[in-house]
Amino acid sequence: MKRNKLVYAILLFLSITLCVQSCQNENSINYKRYYVNGKGLYEKHCQGCHGADGEGLGTLYPPLTDSNYLKLNRNKLAFMIKNGQNEEIRINNIVFQGQMPGNNSLPDIDVAQIIVLVASVKKTPYTMTIKIF
Amino acid sequence: MKKLFYFATALIAFQSCSDTSNTKLPILGNREPVERIVDGKTVIDTVYQTISAFSYLNQDSLPVTDQDFDGKIYVADFFFTSCNTICPIMQRNLLDVYKKFKGNPKVKLLSHSIDVKYDLPSRLKTYASKLGLEGNQWEFVHGSRDSIFNIAAKNYLVSAFEDSSDPQGLVHQGWFILIDTKKQLRGAYDGTKAEQVKQLMEDMEKLLIEEADEEK
Ligand code: HEC
Repeated sequence: MKRNKLVYAILLFLSITLCVQSCQNENSINYKRYYVNGKGLYEKHCQGCHGADGEGLGTLYPPLTDSNYLKLNRNKLAFMIKNGQNEEIRINNIVFQGQMPGNNSLPDIDVAQIIVLVASVKKTPYTMTIKIF
Repeated sequence: MKKLFYFATALIAFQSCSDTSNTKLPILGNREPVERIVDGKTVIDTVYQTISAFSYLNQDSLPVTDQDFDGKIYVADFFFTSCNTICPIMQRNLLDVYKKFKGNPKVKLLSHSIDVKYDLPSRLKTYASKLGLEGNQWEFVHGSRDSIFNIAAKNYLVSAFEDSSDPQGLVHQGWFILIDTKKQLRGAYDGTKAEQVKQLMEDMEKLLIEEADEEK
């Protein structure tokens, strides 16, 4: 009888901790889900140009490592992913001008997930310039 | 038990032997038997498909012909500068090949633009510069519609065509074709797949050794 009580107590404790943990982690689980989905979408729609680690390609396609640019253009990001962009921009102090194609058919949720991934690309300190070779 | 052990070692030894034998790269494409009389006897030679003569303009608006590739091995592909599907991946991978063989006088790269209307030499130059390239070890070429699409289909055996139902109007395959000094096809690799591009680089090393042996 005593042993049964102990088992119940342990079970209760476990279920409570599980509950608490799952509540606490809901945000980070959501984040992870966005991140994982975003990665798949990134590989499909963006990686060819911007590279597996967001490193870009020469001065043809800019790296996604300039936190300053991304911060300043945070509100434009979703729009540009959907509609593309072709203006002179400065990324890590290097001038880029090219045609980023739009992704008109991407649902908003996908765009949001891609943005989570872009934000997670390791950023270079602003003063650093990217070496091409 | 002992017997089994000997058998196993023998087997392993045998296999490792056959692995190190240096197999030549195959010769691809169409072939034709041709009869020849040698010392009064008929012998049959196989004649392999080769790349025909060509003449294009490169990124510096200079003529580039098949003769610029004489005595060299080269990798050919078909792309266009504004292509936003497979080309960025292909050219990123070809850049790795370039970096590996940069400065090697026996190796060249040849990217044909299939966007004959817009990819004029000046646009190819901008593209090459943005990739960080100088010089002409890697040629980006502009040619007439017929010359480019014909050489793709008939010589390099790569499918490329204009298609109004495609969003960008042009459809092509992402093959990298390896050509030897006899202008024969020695390999075809999917330029969008990292492991196949790695294989290409290994095969290029192999081919260079074969060519050097034949020169002796
Ligand atoms: C065909 C190549 C190509 C593809 C595919 C592509 N981009 Fe771009 N991207 C570019 C070019 C070129 C620019 C520079 C645009 C300009 O000059 O205005 C750019 C700019 C950007 C920028 C702003 C500059 C920077 O480096 O931070 C972001 C962010 C970006 N792209 C994200 C994406 C995302 C996310 C995707 C996938 C949905 C994507 N890109 C797909 C070519 C591409």
